[in-house]
Amino acid sequence: MREGMFRNISGCAISGIISRSGKRFSGKLIIDSISVMHERSNGLGGGFTAYGIYPEYKDYYAFHIFYDHRMAKKECEEFLEEHFDIINLSKIPTTKIPEIKDEPLIWRYFVTPLPTKLTDSQLDEREFVAKCVFRINTGIDGAYIFSSGKNMGVFKAVGFPEDVGRFYRLEEYEGYSFTAHGRYPTNTPGWWGGAHPFALLDYSVVHNGEISSYDANRRAIEMYGYKCTLQTDTEVITYIIDYLHRKIGLTLKEICSVIAAPFWSTIEGKPQKEREELEYLRNVFDSKLITGPFSIIVGFEGGIMALNDRLKLRSMVVGEKDDMVYVASEEAAIRVIQNDLDKVWAPKGGEGVIVTLEERKV
Amino acid sequence: MAVDYIYPDYEIIRDYDRCIACRVCERQCANEAHEYLSDSKKMIADNAKCVNCHRCVSLCPTRALKIVKSDHTFKENANWTGKSIKEIYKQAGSGGVLLSSMGNPENYPVYFDKILLNASQVTNPSIDPLREPMETRVFLGAKPDRIERDEKGRLKKNLPPHIMLSMPIMFSAMSYGSISYNAHESLARAAAHLGILYNTGEGGLHEDLYKYGKHTIVQVASGRFGVHTTYLNSGAAIEIKMGQGAKPGIGGHLPGAKIVGDISKTRMIPEGSDAISPAPHHDIYSIEDLKQLVYSLKEATGYTKPVIVKIAAVHNVSAIASGIARSGADIIAIDGFRGGTGAAPTRIRDHVGLPIELALASVDKRLRDEGVRNNVSLVVGGSIRSSADVVKAVALGADCVYIGTAALIALGCHLCRSCQTGKCNWGIATQREDLVKRLNPNLGYKRLINLLTAWQHEIKEMMGGMGINSIESLKGNRLMLRGVGLNEKELEILGIKHAGE
Repeated sequence: MREGMFRNISGCAISGIISRSGKRFSGKLIIDSISVMHERSNGLGGGFTAYGIYPEYKDYYAFHIFYDHRMAKKECEEFLEEHFDIINLSKIPTTKIPEIKDEPLIWRYFVTPLPTKLTDSQLDEREFVAKCVFRINTGIDGAYIFSSGKNMGVFKAVGFPEDVGRFYRLEEYEGYSFTAHGRYPTNTPGWWGGAHPFALLDYSVVHNGEISSYDANRRAIEMYGYKCTLQTDTEVITYIIDYLHRKIGLTLKEICSVIAAPFWSTIEGKPQKEREELEYLRNVFDSKLITGPFSIIVGFEGGIMALNDRLKLRSMVVGEKDDMVYVASEEAAIRVIQNDLDKVWAPKGGEGVIVTLEERKV
Repeated sequence: MAVDYIYPDYEIIRDYDRCIACRVCERQCANEAHEYLSDSKKMIADNAKCVNCHRCVSLCPTRALKIVKSDHTFKENANWTGKSIKEIYKQAGSGGVLLSSMGNPENYPVYFDKILLNASQVTNPSIDPLREPMETRVFLGAKPDRIERDEKGRLKKNLPPHIMLSMPIMFSAMSYGSISYNAHESLARAAAHLGILYNTGEGGLHEDLYKYGKHTIVQVASGRFGVHTTYLNSGAAIEIKMGQGAKPGIGGHLPGAKIVGDISKTRMIPEGSDAISPAPHHDIYSIEDLKQLVYSLKEATGYTKPVIVKIAAVHNVSAIASGIARSGADIIAIDGFRGGTGAAPTRIRDHVGLPIELALASVDKRLRDEGVRNNVSLVVGGSIRSSADVVKAVALGADCVYIGTAALIALGCHLCRSCQTGKCNWGIATQREDLVKRLNPNLGYKRLINLLTAWQHEIKEMMGGMGINSIESLKGNRLMLRGVGLNEKELEILGIKHAGE
């Protein structure tokens, strides 16, 4: 059985680092952070997202693809050639280590949609790319695009996260933000695609928790053309964020008020304008409310957002030092890379911490 | 003819050691089943008149009475049951259509009883509603598919008219006429106190109850009784009744005997005239006509109120609902074949329609497949018997449920299913003044509040057990359900897995 054929619930560790000034730093830092929380994973999944790592190809979508076999690669590449201009392609560099086994073929492509195909589709560029990703992931057996944004990339595998980091030689990449995930699934995933982070376009999510609203959220989001093939919480959360942010146009702060909505008793105590706005969001986007325990770090182009469920049923701590912001399931995972913090706090349930690069606003 | 005598189904058993011949039973029975023999100073009973409503049993001061099922029987026959034989005698004697009341009592599967709920263990904590907020508030109405912002970037309130409920339960349509004024007053006051809505049914709205308008759904049915502009504008929502679960495909008939006094005034028809609601609306012969009525009602109320379209669950219910969702309606109410009624032809009640669980599951799925689920809210009834049914209905995909029979039982109804006689001993389905008086609305509304307060507590407990702290996360959350003893097709239609999967 592989991921997607059953519902796999997980406990986890998450960590995230961003430089607000956009200064690029090595992936070693995030490996050091997540490895402190070794006990929170069980060796059945680990992964990273890195933003700002492909400045030389920043205008192209970077597809990271797992292939189970050569036939899948051939079929997938035919599809890519039909729909995209492929600027560059290569194997993703890895180091063989005993802790990481059974790797699939792991390839990377820098692509841009073919103008004629894009015009014919009557879609905007990002929607076109997202649709193609869905087409490949659900239509080509043995091919799976696990990263599809610009100037960013996901690196994941079955194993402990620190080993996954070494396997992908993450210390050789430099980015302005990184997120990491160590997984403690209750069932054996048996497939690398099921590891986290989960990403669509430049949105990525690392998540710790098990949401009780899963099927309500899944059935709601599938109405808008998304297909939840993995049966994991992280997948559905990513689609909800993509839908609300990219398709509906809500701000990240508004998204927090939808997915981890304040309680009615809190809303009623707010000034009228704010109260009406919160009531509007809860009413209109009711099926996107996420209940049950979660802490998530959402990565996107130019920033990260950390958010806990409305009752704060999972631990999550934020620390700041100069232009650096750190988020982790445990404070120790921050202290190990920066012990001299200006500020450290545990955000309240439903209180989103949104950090963006200084030169941009989201 | 001798053959027309049918031995009664129920027998009144009197314990003469306890009976003090106080004659309470005699005074309480509108069917005149009890009689006092002054010569022997003894009470006797005519079982043939008994409808088994328990009024005398409940009020007997010495607990001397009970009603038992008769053991009188025909020769056993798995095909020709006593019921079938007796119905033939009745029809051969009268030449008439058999009449019944309340919901379908026949032995069809009750899917709610074959569905089990989930609870959290280990990987996900359950939530204690006594310690943490547990939210049951729902909104009914269409939802916009895009946001709009003003020049300052603030979200504009582009929300179509909707209603807000403190819990996903409303009182379903029961007309003033089919039930008593005191029953109506109890429902209206309970709805107002609970922060939910009750429904006028097709009988208009008594002027004394206009003050509960914010908690009232005003119904427009095929007879258009009691419909005028003030009426339409007095409610929080308007319901177009296309059909009823107890009698899909046919209209309604309130006998002239019940059209008296305020009922005649409220319905705007002469005293003593039969109130006949046609089977179809004679201005709706197709979906495009329905759309016109929806918009006529919206015009009449300045687009300030959501419009509900209520249909009976019939075989192609999902296609019908999908059509309604594109016809301007804000809410679709679906009534299952176990829904109650004050009177229906027995054959229709017992043989037409669908179980609400299947209708709900298939409509919710169809509306999602077609991408129109957010155009409408879904309300289901017929029959919801407990808070567990409410939770299961919401998890299957309902926004809210309607309860009718359960509310009447809270008011004292003992489900004797004799509403059509107009002699309800509990003061509910009657217009006889001496009987109506028996239902005290000051007590009645409190019993309804008690019932729904208890249900709300239970809903919160079940949600908390599943680790869900707001009702919207339960809506359509079918992974929280498992079937027991259902076949693959049933599971497929319900969209749930079997227990153990």
